[in-house]
Amino acid sequence: MCLRIFSAIFLYCLLSGVVWADPAADQTAFKNYFYKKFPEVPVGDFINGVYAIDQKRREQWLEIEEFPPYGIALDEGEILFNETVFLDGASYSDCFVDGKRSKKNYPYFDVKRNTVVTLELAINDCRVSHGEQPLKYKKGDIAKISAYLALHSRGEIIDVEVSGEAAINAYEQGKKYYYSKRGQLNFACVDCHVASSGMRIRAEILSPSLGHVSNFPVYRFKWGSIGTLHRRFSGCNSQVRAKPLPGQSEEYKNLEYFLSYMSNGLKFNGPSTRR
Amino acid sequence: MNLTNLSRRALLSSLTYLCAFSVIPSQLFAAWPKDAFNSEAVNDAISQLYGQVPQASDRVKLKTPEIAENGAVVPVTVSTAIEDVESISIYVEGNPNPLAATFELTPYAVASVATRIKMGETSNVVAAVYANGNVYTAAQEVKVTIGGCGG
Amino acid sequence: MAIKGKAKMRGDVVQVKVLMKHIMETGLRVDATTGEKIPAYHITEATCFWNGKEVFRTNLGPAVSKNPYLSFKIKGPQVSDILNFTSVDNKGVTDSGDFVVK
Repeated sequence: MCLRIFSAIFLYCLLSGVVWADPAADQTAFKNYFYKKFPEVPVGDFINGVYAIDQKRREQWLEIEEFPPYGIALDEGEILFNETVFLDGASYSDCFVDGKRSKKNYPYFDVKRNTVVTLELAINDCRVSHGEQPLKYKKGDIAKISAYLALHSRGEIIDVEVSGEAAINAYEQGKKYYYSKRGQLNFACVDCHVASSGMRIRAEILSPSLGHVSNFPVYRFKWGSIGTLHRRFSGCNSQVRAKPLPGQSEEYKNLEYFLSYMSNGLKFNGPSTRR
Repeated sequence: MNLTNLSRRALLSSLTYLCAFSVIPSQLFAAWPKDAFNSEAVNDAISQLYGQVPQASDRVKLKTPEIAENGAVVPVTVSTAIEDVESISIYVEGNPNPLAATFELTPYAVASVATRIKMGETSNVVAAVYANGNVYTAAQEVKVTIGGCGG
Repeated sequence: MAIKGKAKMRGDVVQVKVLMKHIMETGLRVDATTGEKIPAYHITEATCFWNGKEVFRTNLGPAVSKNPYLSFKIKGPQVSDILNFTSVDNKGVTDSGDFVVK
């Protein structure tokens, strides 16, 4: 009887993740899963998503990347970042001083605010602190500015820190989201992007989660425009017939935190095109 | 005012008029080939553009993917070593109006063009090259797929 | 509106790549809220000029992808020459961009 109670409590603790949270071990297991599943893919190539595992698609993608459709958005993002003057006379450079504007600084857990801070959130924090209206989070100007900053972060290494109880908690929330089934179609992120990665869903090939966040923001041919990671999250939600969440919602930020940490060590390669 | 002055003035003003016209880019005079773009069949569009019946030729090199990543953005490259090419055009057989684009080659241009086109469904992509009064074509099927959950 | 171009000298040929910002509306899509067809709105012609001379011209229809991409090759221009690319759409709106041959 005692043993049963003890086992139940033990199992509960295990499943609730509180006592046993070990992000580093999760990360190792996550990566090893994909290294084993796709042995022919060089580790660094996972940042190219489906193009790392399908040669024909890769050729088309490379051809388009030679003069990519997000080129104009990049130019606009450059102007927006460098030439916008806020109501109080300040500019983005005042918030994003040298070194702070690289994507390698995001996302991070802000202990004081008790929340994950992403690049897009930081862009709007900057705006609001200088008297401006925040931008919408999924497309438009925020994606253009993010694209410009992403371009200049190419080659930097993803290096997200998860330490301290509150940060670990946010990480665990993101992980929980990733592994939870949702929507009418009852899929969890893990179902497609881990278990079925490399397999087909109709005519598409499911990309592995490893390296998923490195190339954002992306110009999706489907969108015909550049969009942020949270735009993609909400699209994925819609496609499993779950309710999409607002950009920079706690759930999406925690998910981004979790996914980014899983891809630590890989290089940023945004912006990019995807189908 | 005598007649000589009048005619000099008339000559001068008409010359100025002509000069003004020559400065305007020729593109404003080049009419967009509406009938060809509105045509609903490849051969009809070719006929509208070039007034010729096309002949297949392996000298027309058409490069386009077998399976399009996304039907909204399908890369197409057309090149040829055929000489004296005046025009190259690209068609999507399955589109409501097949003609997608024409490229008018001046003597400065080399016969090699590329663009990205929209395809509504799996169909043949046709490239036509107009040279020396003849139309040479090449065709290739491009599959356009419905995406899965991610599409 | 915007036109972005790249021109690279390769031997005696200049490889030109151009990206034009334009929605290229086909006229076939239906507005979900009104049920009306969204009217066709697309670039109709675009021309490349070198020293005021027309060196390449294209007629485009709405089947060209949004934000049209064009690539072509011309002979004549040299490194440091300036090329101009000008477009006009079916509403008569023009757009233009200059770029240097590198």
